[in-house]
Amino acid sequence: MRTANVRTIVVWTLVALVGAAGWSVLALARGENVSAAWMVAAALGSYAIAYRFYAKFIVYKVLKVDGTRATPAERLDNGIDYHPTDRRVLLGHHFAAIAGAGPLVGPVLAAQMGYLPGTIWIVVGVIFAGAVQDMVVLFFSTRRDGKSLGQMAREEIGPFGGAAALLATFAIMIILLGVLALVVVNALASSPWGTFSIGMTIPIALLMGFYLRVLRPGRVSEVSLIGVALLLLALVAGRWVAESSWAGTFTLAPSTLVIWLVGYGFVASILPVWTLLAPRDYLSTFMKIGTIALLAIGVVVALPALKMPAVTDFAKHGNGPVFAGSLFPFVFITIACGALSGFHSLISSGTTPKMIQKETQIRMIGYGAMLMESSVAVMALVAASIIDPGLYFAMNAPSGAIGTTVQNASQVVSSWGYHISPADLAQAAKNVDEASLLSRTGGAPTLAVGVSEIFSKVTGGSLRAFWYHFAIMFEALFILTALDAGTRVGRFMLQDMLGNVYRPFKNVSWKPGLALTSAIVCALWGYFLWVGVHEPLGGINQLFPIFGISNQLLAAVALAVCTTLLVKSGRLKWAWITGIPLAWDATVTLTASWQKAFSSDPKVGFFKQRSVFQDAIDAGKVLPPAKSMDDMHTVVTNSTVDGVLSAILAVLVVVVIADALRVCVRHIRRPALSTLSETPYVESNIVAPAGLIPTREEKEEATRDAVGAPAGD
Amino acid sequence: MRSALQRAISGVRWYVRELMDESAYDRYVAHVRRNHPDAEVPNRRDFERMRTDRQEADPRQGFRCC
Repeated sequence: MRTANVRTIVVWTLVALVGAAGWSVLALARGENVSAAWMVAAALGSYAIAYRFYAKFIVYKVLKVDGTRATPAERLDNGIDYHPTDRRVLLGHHFAAIAGAGPLVGPVLAAQMGYLPGTIWIVVGVIFAGAVQDMVVLFFSTRRDGKSLGQMAREEIGPFGGAAALLATFAIMIILLGVLALVVVNALASSPWGTFSIGMTIPIALLMGFYLRVLRPGRVSEVSLIGVALLLLALVAGRWVAESSWAGTFTLAPSTLVIWLVGYGFVASILPVWTLLAPRDYLSTFMKIGTIALLAIGVVVALPALKMPAVTDFAKHGNGPVFAGSLFPFVFITIACGALSGFHSLISSGTTPKMIQKETQIRMIGYGAMLMESSVAVMALVAASIIDPGLYFAMNAPSGAIGTTVQNASQVVSSWGYHISPADLAQAAKNVDEASLLSRTGGAPTLAVGVSEIFSKVTGGSLRAFWYHFAIMFEALFILTALDAGTRVGRFMLQDMLGNVYRPFKNVSWKPGLALTSAIVCALWGYFLWVGVHEPLGGINQLFPIFGISNQLLAAVALAVCTTLLVKSGRLKWAWITGIPLAWDATVTLTASWQKAFSSDPKVGFFKQRSVFQDAIDAGKVLPPAKSMDDMHTVVTNSTVDGVLSAILAVLVVVVIADALRVCVRHIRRPALSTLSETPYVESNIVAPAGLIPTREEKEEATRDAVGAPAGD
Repeated sequence: MRSALQRAISGVRWYVRELMDESAYDRYVAHVRRNHPDAEVPNRRDFERMRTDRQEADPRQGFRCC
């Protein structure tokens, strides 16, 4: 460790001042519109300080990464999945793998409580929990040849905790897929433009797949460029279709879309990878990185003013229309991706550790990529907060609450204190070439309106409708890729589990088993999708909290594994690094699942909701927002399923945490009983910088050894 | 001496090829030649097929998060 020089001290003092200025303005400004610049300043200033000081402290003092130790990529190099990858490339890979629709959706929904609670949680959460989780999992998996989280849980905690973790992961995957699909359905319902352009992605992907398989194998960049060009063409053509006589063919009701989507999911997951999945993945990686970069530039160039209040009354009373429940714990589960996301632990263990060149790079890859995802979440929050709050609530409240006409919606939203006229609501829909924007729940349409606002500021107002559908397409593309990939992973887990009962299932290419397990997985997430679409109380309103809870519960599993490993590897005094986030996350999620299951407020608690509606059925009454006896029965069934599910998930995670705690206590009492399955030390021959920009010492070292230097320098 | 523009273009090209794994074949060939000089090197078509088949067999490779 060198001593700090004056320049370093001055630079970091300035960074701290910028961050502090951002936070002060965000927190203290009242009664006027704050510029998004302050939110950007607060976030970036905090990220820089966390990366420079906290992450560095964890890497060198706690984990004690060893630059002389060979990583799995170096030791097991097979030129395919294990190979040392340039740190800048791996950062891109890892970021593209962790960031998807999640960080774009959660913050939009959480904006109902105002922009401040969401911003604080996104920034503080990522610094102390999310990025730490990603990095520590990456470290331990790298020390174990890239073992998956499930394998680490089994080996380091025990078979019981391991099985619970596996089952929780499977359940979480199903809920995730169901809710993501619901977001797509809500964005595409009765929108011929959107439906056409998303539908066209299928033939485009098939064409790309054929090109890569038969015409020019492996030429990914050129085929992706062709794909992106065709995609933009499909987007433009969407408008022509919407204005032509074909519009009716592509104007689909939500329940029709459900059938199409489940059918698509099933067919896509049994087709060979090269036909749809691989080309779609190239397309969405291109679009993802391109659009996120565009959005970042757009936010910085346009610097729009935040129209949403810093904290709304819904935060204080917990009676918001988007999702019910109070600020604690529900903001912390609504925003999962971007602050703390359990799913990342599946990427940080598994793919990335097999490609990392040096242990010293885990800060840049694990912590750095998560900070980038967090900044995406901040941008989504900016996009949701710059649109008129009246429009925001009209778009995100279920139709049971605001009705189906602009007059009715305007009246209800104004009664909440956010004035918007019926004419303004109609105009907002017309601006983006949609029939209506009322109750377009799920976050994607709101984000698209915000994005079109930002982009059209830069490109001129005439392109507003184009940008809206561009943003919808961009999100739907991620989600469809996730549906396909997720169904395959779910199927793989199911094949593995069923293989213990009936041997042939273990053979993943056994066709009947393949079709059967794919059908089961699609039917499971399809069930949640169907329920979400037909839910009289609003599908997103009911299901999104379960999605958030499940993602955060997976984070609890990952943090429990990390904490156990810190204790077992003799780092007891540093166990708080993941122990405190674990305690916080467990408190938040278990409180949330408890409230979702047992709260006495029928808007929040599923079982209370069930009994209220059941009593009404017994009395022969129909309670609004239900319109018929059938609706009433739907509510009763759904709340029972949702309540039982919340409770089961919570129990599974309590089992994992309790088992982890048992292992930690046993280790502290009798360390001799513990085994640690770390791969033995092998000396590394690779020389590579730890951070994005090589330091002077690293450059000298590289020229001395002159090996392993990447091309392009 | 290459101009800064040329360097920037080749840098971007290198990055995109690496990020999209277009360079996978070249890397694999280099790996086989270096470590197993006697082994036969597959052609690009067969190599790309093998890569997608591997993904087929274990879909957790290349999994995308929400």
